[in-house]
This record gives sequence, C-alpha cells and structure tokens, in this order.
Amino acid sequence: MAACSIEDLLAKAEQDEAEKLKSITVQKELDLEFDIGNLVAYDKNRIDIRQFREQKKEDFLRSLARDNTQLLVNEIWKHPTERVEEVIVVKLPEPTTPLPREKPPPKPRPPTKWEEFAKLKGIQKKKKTNLVWDDVAKNELHRLRNIARAQKIKVPGVGLTPTAQQSKTDLARAVNVAKSSTASAGKFQDRLPKEKAPRNTGKKRKFQPVIGNFSNEKQRQLDLLKVLDSKKPRLDVNKAVNKQMREDDREESAAKFKKGGKKGRKGGNFSGKGKGGGGKGKGKGRAGGKGQGPPSGKKGAGKPGKR
Amino acid sequence: MKQKEGVIKPKTKRAKRFLDNRAPKLTENVKNAMIMKGGNTSMTVTQALKDIYALKKPSAVLYKKKNITRPFEDSSSLEFFSKKTDSSLFLFGSHNKKRPNNLIFGRLFDFHVLDMIELGIEKYNSLSAIKNSKCPEGTKPMLVFAGEAFDHDDDHKRLKSLLTDFFRGPVVPSVRLAGLEHVLHFTALEGKIYMRSYRSLLKKSGCRTPRIELEEIGPSFDFVLRRTHLASDDLYKTAHRQPKALKPKKKKNISHDTFGTKFGRLHMQKQDLAKLQTRKMKGLRKRRGPAAAAEGETSSKTAKVEVE
Repeated sequence: MAACSIEDLLAKAEQDEAEKLKSITVQKELDLEFDIGNLVAYDKNRIDIRQFREQKKEDFLRSLARDNTQLLVNEIWKHPTERVEEVIVVKLPEPTTPLPREKPPPKPRPPTKWEEFAKLKGIQKKKKTNLVWDDVAKNELHRLRNIARAQKIKVPGVGLTPTAQQSKTDLARAVNVAKSSTASAGKFQDRLPKEKAPRNTGKKRKFQPVIGNFSNEKQRQLDLLKVLDSKKPRLDVNKAVNKQMREDDREESAAKFKKGGKKGRKGGNFSGKGKGGGGKGKGKGRAGGKGQGPPSGKKGAGKPGKR
Repeated sequence: MKQKEGVIKPKTKRAKRFLDNRAPKLTENVKNAMIMKGGNTSMTVTQALKDIYALKKPSAVLYKKKNITRPFEDSSSLEFFSKKTDSSLFLFGSHNKKRPNNLIFGRLFDFHVLDMIELGIEKYNSLSAIKNSKCPEGTKPMLVFAGEAFDHDDDHKRLKSLLTDFFRGPVVPSVRLAGLEHVLHFTALEGKIYMRSYRSLLKKSGCRTPRIELEEIGPSFDFVLRRTHLASDDLYKTAHRQPKALKPKKKKNISHDTFGTKFGRLHMQKQDLAKLQTRKMKGLRKRRGPAAAAEGETSSKTAKVEVE
C-alpha cells in the first residue's frame, strides 16, 4: 500500500514538473546546435513545406522563430549568472564558430636600438621592488647622505635627521646642536628650569692630573728633553713605510687610469685629463713634500727590504 | 594607407593611439561595415540599406553618394574604401534590369576581398512600415539559422558564416539577461532565404527560464541567392589562423576520459614495501617460542577447566 502511494506521489511530482515546464518546452526532432558565445542557434530540422504553404507565411515563420528562440533562451539560462551593480548578468562562454579574422595576426616587431644594445651588454630589466617601511630609518639617512654628497655639504650626525623613534640621547644631542647653532655659539640661549647643561661636547682631550704621580711626571719631562736634544727626527718607521706605499699605489693607479683614458677616448679630452692629472699631481706633490719632509732624507735606510 | 613605420610616422600621442587601434592585434576590434550604393539604385534598395545600417548602427558607415563600380569584376575601389575607414565588411546595393534590387554582402581579409555573396530582394518590409516599438540601438542580437540548406549546401554554409560575422556585434564576456531583446531569424527554404527581425518579450513562466513571445519589428526580407564569389580554400585557412598567444595553454599531466573525469599523474619516489605502514592486526603478529608454548599451556589449561 505504502509502495503504491509512493509511486503515485512520484508520478504526481513528475506531472507537476512537466506542467511547470510546459510553457518553455519545445518538441523538436533534432536538437539544435548552439554557439552561446555568439548567441547563435542552428536548427537543422526539416521544414514542412506543405505546412509552410498552407499557413500564412508570416505566421509559420513567426511560430518557428518563437520555438527556436525559446530553445536558445533555455540554453542561455543554463549558464552561470552573477550580479553586477544591481543587474543580473549571464557569463557567456567563448564563441565556438570559427570566423575569419579581420587582419593577419601581428608580426613580432624588430627590436629597438636600446633592446639590441641591452641584449649585447647583457642588461636585464630589473623591476624596482616597493620600498618597505624602515623602522631604523636607514633609508632616510642614506638619502640625506646622498644629497649631501651630491651637493658637497656636510651631513649632521645621527639624531639631527628626524627618524621614526628617537632615543633620549639622540633628542638631547639634537637639542644641543640646535642651541649652539646661533651667532654667538649658544652662549645666550636660555635653558628650561630643569634642563641640565650639556658638558659632553667639544673635543675629548684628556689631561693628566696636576699633582699625582711624581715619577711619571719626571719620566715624561726627561723624555721630552731627550727628543728635543736629539737631531734625529722622531720617526715611526712603520707609519712612514705604510704612508710611502700608499702614495706609490695611488700614483700607479692614477698612471693606469691616465693610460686607459687615453686609449679609450679619442683624445678629445686631453686638456681636461691633463688638468685633472696635473692638479692631482700638484696636490700630491705638495702633500708628499709636506709629509715626506722628514722621512725623505731617510729613504734609503727606510726601505732596505724593497731594494 | 598610412603605416606607422612606413609613410607617415605619428607626431602626437593621439595619432599614435589611432594608428595602433587600426594595426593588427591579438584580439581584434569589432568589424566595421561600409554600406554603399552602386551606379543605379531603386527606392527599395536605398531603404533596405538604411534599415540594415540602423541594425548595425555604431559599427557601420553609410555612404550617401553613388559609386560606379562592379564589385564582382573590379574590387579595387572597395579595398581602397576599406583601408580608409578600417572596415572589413561591406554591403553594396544596386539595381539594374538584369539584377533588380541587388544586395552584395561581403567581407575582406587584410584589405583584400575574401567572400562576396549576392542576394536579390524579392519582398521587403521596411522598419518604418512595421509600426511597433523598436529595440534600442546597439543591442547584441540573437541569431537563429533554420533549414537544412544551411548545413548541406556550401554556398549556404558560407552565407551562414558571413551573416553571423555581419550581424553578431561585439564579442562580450557577459550579457545582461533583461537585454536579450533582439532576434534575427534566417530560414532557408526552397532556394530562398527569409530574414525576419523580432523583438523578444520575456514572460513569466513557472520556473526560472522565461517564456518567449515574439513581436515583429525591424526589416523583413525575402532573399534569393544569386552569384557568389567565395575565397579559395588556402586563403580561407590563412584568414582563420589564430596567433599562438590566443590558444589556451595546455596543462601537462592532466587528461580527461570520455566521461569527463579528470585524471592526473602523481610521481612518487620508490617505496620500500617491507616498511609500509598498514593496519595493525594483533592476532597476526609473530609470537616468540616460549611465549607460544606458554600460551598453548594456558589454553590447554583453560580447556581442561571448561571440560570440568
């Protein structure tokens, strides 16, 4: 009994469904072919010519059109829809009928002069990554340093360039520098009631206590006299040797650069190079003269190893 | 015609953009149609041309003056016009005693004629004759081709492709459901082609998909197929060649069987089957010698007890 009623229920449900879909179902011998991407439907069914002649042409064509359009719309409605700004829109697939193009596909362009040069040199395109916020404010410091280098001005130390979080010492230093940057070097700048006077500035120079170690003091005075007496110059051999070697290296590299510059360029910038070279030489010569006054005399003795 | 790297180099950005728009591209623009009249035209032909121009409105140009050319003999002036207006579809209307009320539908590839099909108008109802509210301009129409001829006959097949190309409008990824109003229906019957244009009304049905009711608007034509000039097979093939970049990239290692199930291959390292972890079954574990004997004894003991 229960089984019968279940069957009946199912049958009834099917009937209801069919009723519902009656308005949109169309009976055709052959199914239509669809190209939804182009909103096209192809109906390959045979058209009854007799019916066409009996009925009024327009009515026949219209009913045929209605049936075919219904099937096409049914097919379109099967596709996924989405809501775009209060409008329901159906997402169409790619068109399937092959249609000829308008123009032939684009040919690859010949590489530009820069592209050829880059290929020759092996230069690759580097994408600049976005800068990440730097808590340590390294970037700011480097940026200011670069600016200073470009404009050849001195860079103030850490604490004076504003950073994210400044420590107490940094702020104190900044305040001190600002205070002393007046015409009278901060002598007449008022201080806040509880502000302490900064006494860490200035060159650090240590002095020995006036009365202390007598023997030390004696020793030092005698050493001083010894140095004044002797005719030998106070020479730090290592220091002198290192200085001389550095000078030599500098001269060598300058000479090489000069040579390389002459080879590479077409000789147009001789005057500039000459001037630069001359200037360098002059400067070096002067410095050499100054610094090498005392050791120059002892050149032979100073560098026995080299010879 | 101006070429970017050729005759004229663009001096402004606007000019450069204009030329780039007309240059060959991967995904092409909507095809423009040029609608023109021949040496002699009748009222029907001029009205028909105007109506089709209205159907194709934003992407079509209608020339007012007459052009004394014969497309089937000499297509050079057509090609010149297409270069000037960057159109790859044309519709040429003419009228003479031998071929009254003649329309030539055609398309070009690379500014050379690809296909041309001549249709004669036997009966024609214009837009103005049918008094109904029309669809807004530029709606993408639904196209329906009915009749066996469109499948069996070569000329009809080309005509089907040509008409789809002509009337389909821009290719869009999605369409507003309420905006599917315009339907163009072509029926091939007894050597004639009937073209009707309807406005579809979406009525409520019991379910989600609406019921369609049609209302005739727009021009209705009864065409008869006259001459054709179809492209050779290799030219047709060249025209269809798609650039490689447009082909969908195939994912390796994935295959589908006839039922649509997706299959993939997993590559694993060699496994030591002896050390494979399977389910633990305590009863199947190997037991040591005395333990087994003891078990035997106990079992015998128990057996004895039971008996007693």
